[in-house]
Amino acid sequence: MAVLTAVVGIGQTKYEAKRLDVSMAGLIREAAERALADAECTWRDIDAVIIGKAPDLFEGVMMPELFLNDAIGGAYKPMLRVHTAGSVGGSTGIVAASMVQSGIHDRVLCVAYEKQSESNATWALSISLPFSLASVAGAGGYFAPLVRGYMRRSGAPDDTGIRVAVKDRQNALRNPLAHLQMKDISFEMVANSPMLWDPIRHLETCPSSDGACAMVMEKESLASRRSGKVAWIHATEMRSEPTMFSGRDQVMPQATLDNAANLYKKAGITKPREELDCAEIYVPFSWFEPMWMEGMLITERNQGWKMTYEGATAFDGDFPVNMSGGVLSSNPIGASGLIRFAEAARQVRGLADQHQIDGAKKALGHAYGGGSQYFSTWIVSSQKP
Amino acid sequence: MSAKEEQASGPVMVLSCPISLDYAYSAGQSASRFLRAIAEGKLLGQRCPVDGRVYFPSRGSCPMHGVTFGDDAVELSDKGTIVTFSIVRVPSQNIALPLPYITVNVLLDGADTILIHVLDAKLEDVHMGMRVQAVWKPREEWTTSTANILYFRPIDEPDAKYETYKEHI
Amino acid sequence: MREVAVVGFTQSPSLRREPDRNEIEILIPVIEALRKQTGLSSKDFDFVCSGSSDYLAGQSFAFVSGLDAVGAWPPVCESHVEMDGAWALYEAWVKIQMGYADTALVYGFGKPSMGDLPLTMALQLDPYVMMPLWPDAISIAGLQARHCLDAGLMKPEDMAAAAVRDRGHAKSNPYAQVKGDYTVAQILAEPFLVNPLRRSDCAPISDGASAIVLAAGDRARKLCDRPAWIRGIDHICEPMDFGVRDLGRSRSTEIAAEKAGAGRDKIDVAELSAPFTHQEILVERALGLSAKTKVNPSGGALAGNPLMAVGLSRIGECATRIWSGEADRAVAHATSGPCLQQNLVCVLEGN
Repeated sequence: MAVLTAVVGIGQTKYEAKRLDVSMAGLIREAAERALADAECTWRDIDAVIIGKAPDLFEGVMMPELFLNDAIGGAYKPMLRVHTAGSVGGSTGIVAASMVQSGIHDRVLCVAYEKQSESNATWALSISLPFSLASVAGAGGYFAPLVRGYMRRSGAPDDTGIRVAVKDRQNALRNPLAHLQMKDISFEMVANSPMLWDPIRHLETCPSSDGACAMVMEKESLASRRSGKVAWIHATEMRSEPTMFSGRDQVMPQATLDNAANLYKKAGITKPREELDCAEIYVPFSWFEPMWMEGMLITERNQGWKMTYEGATAFDGDFPVNMSGGVLSSNPIGASGLIRFAEAARQVRGLADQHQIDGAKKALGHAYGGGSQYFSTWIVSSQKP
Repeated sequence: MSAKEEQASGPVMVLSCPISLDYAYSAGQSASRFLRAIAEGKLLGQRCPVDGRVYFPSRGSCPMHGVTFGDDAVELSDKGTIVTFSIVRVPSQNIALPLPYITVNVLLDGADTILIHVLDAKLEDVHMGMRVQAVWKPREEWTTSTANILYFRPIDEPDAKYETYKEHI
Repeated sequence: MREVAVVGFTQSPSLRREPDRNEIEILIPVIEALRKQTGLSSKDFDFVCSGSSDYLAGQSFAFVSGLDAVGAWPPVCESHVEMDGAWALYEAWVKIQMGYADTALVYGFGKPSMGDLPLTMALQLDPYVMMPLWPDAISIAGLQARHCLDAGLMKPEDMAAAAVRDRGHAKSNPYAQVKGDYTVAQILAEPFLVNPLRRSDCAPISDGASAIVLAAGDRARKLCDRPAWIRGIDHICEPMDFGVRDLGRSRSTEIAAEKAGAGRDKIDVAELSAPFTHQEILVERALGLSAKTKVNPSGGALAGNPLMAVGLSRIGECATRIWSGEADRAVAHATSGPCLQQNLVCVLEGN
């Protein structure tokens, strides 16, 4: 059966629009070195390397992990490259964990990154085949109609998304690594920002960032000997469903509901809202906070917006969400999922500095991708299960 | 140090390396059938042999059941209902329409899956449940291309009830 | 370690160009046939993992539509690697080892005929210092072959003999693309394609897909009379830079083979996915194969090379020979990256 595994080191780069001072290799090495330093390890101590990033067309390199591998100590070691659309960062963490949980490796390093400044993501995402209908206006154009569907269904007030955006941007001010630092953020500022894909406003969307996130994971017998704080992995889960099929609920896909139910079952959680201390959720457009509060079974169907409205998801609320500022504040696409997982681990290790939730013991990390069809999640805790 | 020397000794910050690759994509057997039909002004869907649901546009197999569709094509009306929509105010590389424009998820009459397209209507008029119809290019310009449909436009029919399309949002 | 076996394997024919099917239409019948072969439905798979490449497909997220072939409803526990399906199989094997799954569906697919494959592969190289020169994949392999010849590691006759052997074996493989009776002299009479490589030294460009079902313990015994048990599987990645590794041997294959326990007993059959004759010789040596081993009974990658599926198919080809009793112990190999940069070795046994 699965070997109990812990996160023992985390490293992140500063998230910025353009990291012109480093190459792709330099970027991921920066995150990996910080994770090793946090874990008090050297390259030699790593058994295998797991690399994740979003589509290769973003940076114009086919299977870039091949040329990047030795920059993060992967020479003559096993190396895997994960790619599961927007959820890839989360999946990278899960695959890395499984390498230890299976008993195959003692200690692994995973790194996820995107260097959007070396790429043209909008181009990469909108290559339209000659015979297909090119009518989807980017990710915003795809998700905006679904947000409208959620609003219709739940009766959520129109300003719910604004409130999420203000909260996450305020949280980002606590996190020096966050890309967007908007000191004068206000309700009016978000409300008055241009409507890009109605009902999604400019300040309700995520930026394009460069950045990398790395983690070191270790088996119990090693992690237990550490004096520093570690994050024990209680459960991981992945679920996928096809993009388009008849009767598909695109607003609240079955895959998210199944993912959540199985995750909690594995973690022995029956009342997630009470048993989890905080959550770091993949919210690239502000409305996805209430949607995934429902999708992760934190609250009842069509009630997610109330958590935002009542301040439950605020930093000082009873269920803080996106303490780091979230995807809305930093979005190196391929890394974004792993950053969510890492933030959950930082919280339960008590090492989240200014964005630390007091006494956080159990936290949820979440990522999703594709047309709301790929989900990867984990639960970590300061205590062993 | 002159500017040129500085440039020569300083770090290389950006290296521009244009990549150009040619691909000959194949539409595939199912899409070919669909495209040949649309060249004749017909909208062909396909029926799932397991649950009978009509897929449009069809990708040749049922994603739920993983089975290949048979040859029984279903011809669909070019009228439908707006299931949900967005008003787009950002330019997109693949859509050459003046801003703002309306993107719609349309459920064609007789289909069980949505089609994503654009709507020509006053911004303040568009709403969920609105009845619409395809506007085609002039017949002599039809090719094996989905671009034969220029856009959808509202028609004078009462709105569809929410219950009739809510499972397609 | 849990006992895990290959209990199902299907593939499409390797074709230079699938004329009218897209990747998913190639994949769907492969998975349908696999369901029929194993009697399993999509609901029976605890885990699904695939391997494919966006650059082969010429579009981002090309693997997403692969899910259409699976029948991923209800939603499946699923993952994807931007690697050959052999590594997807490794990930699935790990999931079974950790007790999260008892059965897994693994598939790989690619349609390289849509683009200019040797040029596309240039995009694998370091984007700052190598790729801007656009060295194509055959030229890069040619540099390695030249080194092997000039260092006296092999002769042109050895390389030609590998092609003769594989094409001869492929005659009995209905899925193979390049097959027939050739002689070493015939091949050496060919003009150079990229000196010192002749056309016959290079694997063909192939469109295709393959799929495998893995099952653990008693589940495997129920599904298969003589399951092909995975007794060892390991993979190693070298640095890419050609200046820091020995191009005259495949060190990563050696390490992976040792960790997988390939040399612990006799090997009846070996299936290699090296895409050039000189690389096939390097892999054979790295695996320490003797004359007692039948190498590439299917013809190997030199007879059919559907990228992203070709490595997975080698594992499948070994498994079928164990199911039939033709082999008791087999070794499958998969590779990725320029000049055998990354290699996977899988040891399969019938008992």
